[in-house]
Amino acid sequence: MLGRVANGIFWMYRYLERAENTARLLEAGQRMALTRGVDSATREWTSVLTTLGLRQAYEMRHDDFASAHVCDFILRSKSNPQSVLAMLEAARTSARLCRSTITAEVWEAVNEGWMTLSAMLAKPVKESTLNTVLAAVRRESTLARGATHGSMLRNEAYSFARLGTFLERADNTARILDVKYYLLLPSVSYVGTPLDTGQWENVLRSLAGNRAYRWLNSGRMDARSIADFLILDERFPRSLVFCYGVMRENLAQLALAHGSETQAHEMMRAADIQLSGKSVQDVFDRGLHEFIIDFIAGNRAIADAIAAEYRFTA
Amino acid sequence: MSASGTPGFDEMHAPDGSVRPAYRGYQQWLCEQEDGWMRRKHLEAEDFFRRTGITFNVYGDNDAEERLIPFDMVPRIISSSEWRRLSKGIEQRVRALNAFMHDLYHRQEIIRSGRLPERLFRNNAAWLPQMVGFTPPGGVYTHITGIDLVRTGPDEFLVLEDNARTPSGVSYMLENRETMMAMFPELFSKVKVQSVSDYPNRLAKSLAACAPEGAPANPTVAVLTPGIYNSAYFEHAFLADQMGAELVEGSDLRVIDGQVQMRTTVGFKPVHVLYRRVDDEFLDPLTFNPASMLGVPGIMDVYRAGNITIANAPGTGVADDKAIYSFMPEIVEFYTGEKALLPNVDTWRCADADSLKYVLDHLAELVVKEVHGSGGYGMLIGPTSSKKEIAAFRAKLEANPANYIAQPTLALSTCPIFTKHGLAPRHVDLRPFVLCSPGGVDITPGGLTRVALKKGSLVVNSSQGGGTKDSWVLDD
Repeated sequence: MLGRVANGIFWMYRYLERAENTARLLEAGQRMALTRGVDSATREWTSVLTTLGLRQAYEMRHDDFASAHVCDFILRSKSNPQSVLAMLEAARTSARLCRSTITAEVWEAVNEGWMTLSAMLAKPVKESTLNTVLAAVRRESTLARGATHGSMLRNEAYSFARLGTFLERADNTARILDVKYYLLLPSVSYVGTPLDTGQWENVLRSLAGNRAYRWLNSGRMDARSIADFLILDERFPRSLVFCYGVMRENLAQLALAHGSETQAHEMMRAADIQLSGKSVQDVFDRGLHEFIIDFIAGNRAIADAIAAEYRFTA
Repeated sequence: MSASGTPGFDEMHAPDGSVRPAYRGYQQWLCEQEDGWMRRKHLEAEDFFRRTGITFNVYGDNDAEERLIPFDMVPRIISSSEWRRLSKGIEQRVRALNAFMHDLYHRQEIIRSGRLPERLFRNNAAWLPQMVGFTPPGGVYTHITGIDLVRTGPDEFLVLEDNARTPSGVSYMLENRETMMAMFPELFSKVKVQSVSDYPNRLAKSLAACAPEGAPANPTVAVLTPGIYNSAYFEHAFLADQMGAELVEGSDLRVIDGQVQMRTTVGFKPVHVLYRRVDDEFLDPLTFNPASMLGVPGIMDVYRAGNITIANAPGTGVADDKAIYSFMPEIVEFYTGEKALLPNVDTWRCADADSLKYVLDHLAELVVKEVHGSGGYGMLIGPTSSKKEIAAFRAKLEANPANYIAQPTLALSTCPIFTKHGLAPRHVDLRPFVLCSPGGVDITPGGLTRVALKKGSLVVNSSQGGGTKDSWVLDD
């Protein structure tokens, strides 16, 4: 397939995944803002903006952290090029660009979702409809992923779609964990102590993992178990280990189809060594923050290697 | 009533109100449908089109970057005997066009014989000196042609325009049929209609048959698009998808080792046939417009070395010129030795002093077009224009008469469309799509019917508010 089209597919799925993750963050943030006092709401919104890398841009335009302002900025502000609306537009533009590679079902899912959401986001979102809008964002991403799963050939294009999805997802999980960890654990001495369960439940909620975690850990909330779950649990589809498992599989498919491996495969192997066989104790011994910073950098390096090796732009 | 005040020919209803034979099956089905149900279907059709993303960008309309091209759900119906007659005329015309192109770029017999004035193509920007003495692979110039037909009576079909450059609209022909079959499956079991759905396969086969010598048995065919912001991008993607061909942009292609190659995830791979939807001018910055970002530097050298097929051949745009059009009856006769089966619309060439005088005296009755114009832009429709508009146009015409031709305002046939108040007649034209390869000429039964949605309007172009209809050729 064409390098330009591979690039389009890769980014289409990255944008869809990112839009979905952002919607989850907002849902969790909104819940926190509603159930806690003004101070924790501000803290929560600050952490959401930090996770998305938007804090500076936001503070240049707003003096407060009112839910309505934050949500509007993240969802649809014209002054935010990373808004959910902009991401959905970018996903649709990418889908148009590789229109002849994706199936009609995938195109229709993306196109319909975009039409629905761009109408919903044409005006500021009222608090009463925020949840409907956020659910619609998640639905668009889910439908596109489902249509992909059910209708696309298992070929190169599919591999790039999966690589984009899971590379983005891993990045998102890592960021949330990092920001929350800093915010919720002002000192290392907190590790292992009982926590503000509401706060941690919110971390899990923004990763769609609260039920799964409770079910697996019978309600025990501590930083170690949660980090273990989000980093190392092979069963949880948003854990770093899970995301890297899918990426490894799809890189292997590409190597099989092309008859040769690339730099990206080597980097993937190196990253696997960093993750596999690790216990959560090893991670904390090293420092969770340091571990995640390295992980995010490594993840970006893999993305760059994929783009270079598969001739995305040159 | 048509704009010129004479009663037009309605394709469905005879003047006495009876339904013409081709429409009887449809009429019978229609009578059995409830009004409310049809109205719901009408809305459904719009939704269907929007979802699948059939969009048509209109230049100069920034708010509506992607506007929906309206679809009318009343089919335009042609009987099989009418179609047989039409297709003979179309085939003759396309063969003549192809022979004409070869002659223009070789011995120019038609000019030596005095049948065509030399100035006509010497002053024509579409004429490419780079093509002189070169024969494209298989001798084919016009791989895909769209012949625009209008009807003025039961047996009167006229050619309004030839589109030999890059005719568009075929995706609407295909999607209109898909839409109709999805909406009214039972209608198609009652009325037998000739299928259009294998057009993409026929196109793929026809293009592959034009591959250059030395290409593999399964040549690589690619569709070259200017990109997602082009008004016809949907069609480019659709055709590539349906043909199983790559959809490429200029930036994907590069000339390597004397071949045009595309950048794939595993390196550069040769392309043998390029169905380009990019104008000649932008095809090769080394040969034509040096500022072009849409083309492939050096592709014309590869072409002239016989290592790639470009469809349609560069330089075929000459045939779209409306002054050349006015000579088509002579051109057909010159190359086929037969009288043209499909007549032209009477045309005054304003370059001739006598014609110009007549046109200036009758501006209020005539349609005046730029010779290189297309898409319904830059034309005057006398009967529907104000005195002021006519005066302004007169000044343009007098300043550069050779840039214009004029035609009578035709009483274009009408076909009913579905409106809030039931069926109402609107003017239509028809663009059949014609494929040409060394294997012969292949015409898909039907084509694209464009319809003026405004009452009395004669302009059917989608860029000017026209819509489309499914076009049926009956299988009877």
